[in-house]
Amino acid sequence: MMKLTQLSVFLENRPGHLSNVCGALSAAHLNIAALTMADTREFGILRLILREWKQAREALEAAGFVVNTTDVVALEVPDRPGGLESILKQADAVGLSVEYMYAFAIKQGENARIVIRFDDMQRAVEVLESTGITFLRAADFYKQ
Amino acid sequence: MAPEIYPESTADYLDPDQLRALQLQRLRAIVERCFTRVAVFRQRMQQRGMVPADVRSLDDVAQLPFMRKTDLRDHYPYGLFAVPMKEVVRLHASSGTTGKPIVVGYTRYDIDLWSSLMLRCFVATGIQTGDVLQNAFGYGLFTGGLGAHYGAERLGATVIPISGGNTRRQIMVMKDFGVTAICCTPSYFVHLIEQVHENGLRFAELGLKIGIFGAEPWTEGMRTHIQRESGIRAYDIYGLSEILGPGVAVECSQQAGLHMFEDQFLMEIVDPQTDQVLPDGQVGELVITTLTKQAFPMIRYRTHDLTAVIPERCACGRTLRRIRRIQSRSDDMLIIRGVNVFPSQIEAALLSVMTSSPHYQIVLSRQGGLDQISVELEVTEGMFGDRISQLEVLQTRLAHAIEQTIGLRVPVRLVEPHTIARSEGKAVRVIDQRDKK
Repeated sequence: MMKLTQLSVFLENRPGHLSNVCGALSAAHLNIAALTMADTREFGILRLILREWKQAREALEAAGFVVNTTDVVALEVPDRPGGLESILKQADAVGLSVEYMYAFAIKQGENARIVIRFDDMQRAVEVLESTGITFLRAADFYKQ
Repeated sequence: MAPEIYPESTADYLDPDQLRALQLQRLRAIVERCFTRVAVFRQRMQQRGMVPADVRSLDDVAQLPFMRKTDLRDHYPYGLFAVPMKEVVRLHASSGTTGKPIVVGYTRYDIDLWSSLMLRCFVATGIQTGDVLQNAFGYGLFTGGLGAHYGAERLGATVIPISGGNTRRQIMVMKDFGVTAICCTPSYFVHLIEQVHENGLRFAELGLKIGIFGAEPWTEGMRTHIQRESGIRAYDIYGLSEILGPGVAVECSQQAGLHMFEDQFLMEIVDPQTDQVLPDGQVGELVITTLTKQAFPMIRYRTHDLTAVIPERCACGRTLRRIRRIQSRSDDMLIIRGVNVFPSQIEAALLSVMTSSPHYQIVLSRQGGLDQISVELEVTEGMFGDRISQLEVLQTRLAHAIEQTIGLRVPVRLVEPHTIARSEGKAVRVIDQRDKK
């Protein structure tokens, strides 16, 4: 499984709403592997990656949130200047656009980890793997 | 009582018996006219086995069929006109209950009649030749702007056709042009008061003395506020496009109810549930029959405005009976900044963009004296993905669809599921937070 499932949660931009999401997940003993928030003045979309995304979805919906899923890929990027650039150049070269991406800090050896949403996920996985880019498999991604 | 110098206003003081005789004569003529020229009316009369000659007394009006807003929609645009189009010199339109507006027409006589009625309104409130009138009712399809304009010109006042909006310019004009009287919606005037004060101006330095406010319901509390804060005299005016526009009834110097121009409009108060005519003094739905209008006559039009007839003679000397200030309606129509809005129109606009039926709420509030309307919409799974831009596009499309339908810019706020209150399982569609005092 090359692609990871990302949850998107609609949130009003109000005090307490984000912590309610976290509360619903912690009550279900679910650990967030990565998250990012896209927001406007009034509302936002919280994107979450967790191993038990199905349970997480259920827990959030039971708590009254509206949840969607999207495919993303995760990969390791050499943690040095130009590390990300080399990956993005390969995506550019095959005509893939990054819709958004987010990096997170847990360092695994020499690499940093990023999550990317491409405009064409199916093609991204097929084409970029053939150019030598390694995506993180779910099992590796969630490994502590 | 100061002598009236305007011949139009003499009809305000007709002897009651004379007035009733005039009404009956005109009622019989208009029924005959509608029977001959308006197919829908004729069919309904025939269904009841009635002919125009059956109207022998004013009480017989109660036998005639009602006209409703839905009839205006069903016969859009010209189906209820009683003259050929070549005699129609003006069209106006107002909101219908769905996407289509209601179209009304005027012959040259109708425009003349309307002008004379607006003149009588101005005279009743003390406006005269030499006054400078800032007409801040909207010009356009809305009847307010042009209706007041023609009446003021006929009176001989100086009209400033500034139309609505652009508060900064309104204040500049009010100050620089020596404005003595103003027409607008009451909520807009409350907003103007605040802006005048914020600009460091004082009403005592301005020449404004009289305000004529209408196109939306307002209250004695608002009058007290307006008069105290601005030092002007504030008068209520009543009208509706389906009947004429502004100039159907107006307050006089007594500020104790609105005189109905009974020589032109036959009024009844009916129980909105049973349709039975109610006696003077009882609150019910105002039903109006136009007595001489040509292009768009209305027989027993259901206004949905709730009021009562005040039968006592007014201290001003006018013999025209008064109605109480209109406070509420017998349907769900909302009036926002003078614009008529039905919740069903907003729902139709939302549905034109969305695939599933929306959970929404219309929220009315008042900020800085101005009515604010917004729509809160619960986000569902089908409405968004992982990107903010999808939701922003949806917001824009919804707001655009609403503006196309009702002509008002309405912000759409996206909210989480289950945040809109449901009462007994049914969503509460309208939350009115406007101060009713």
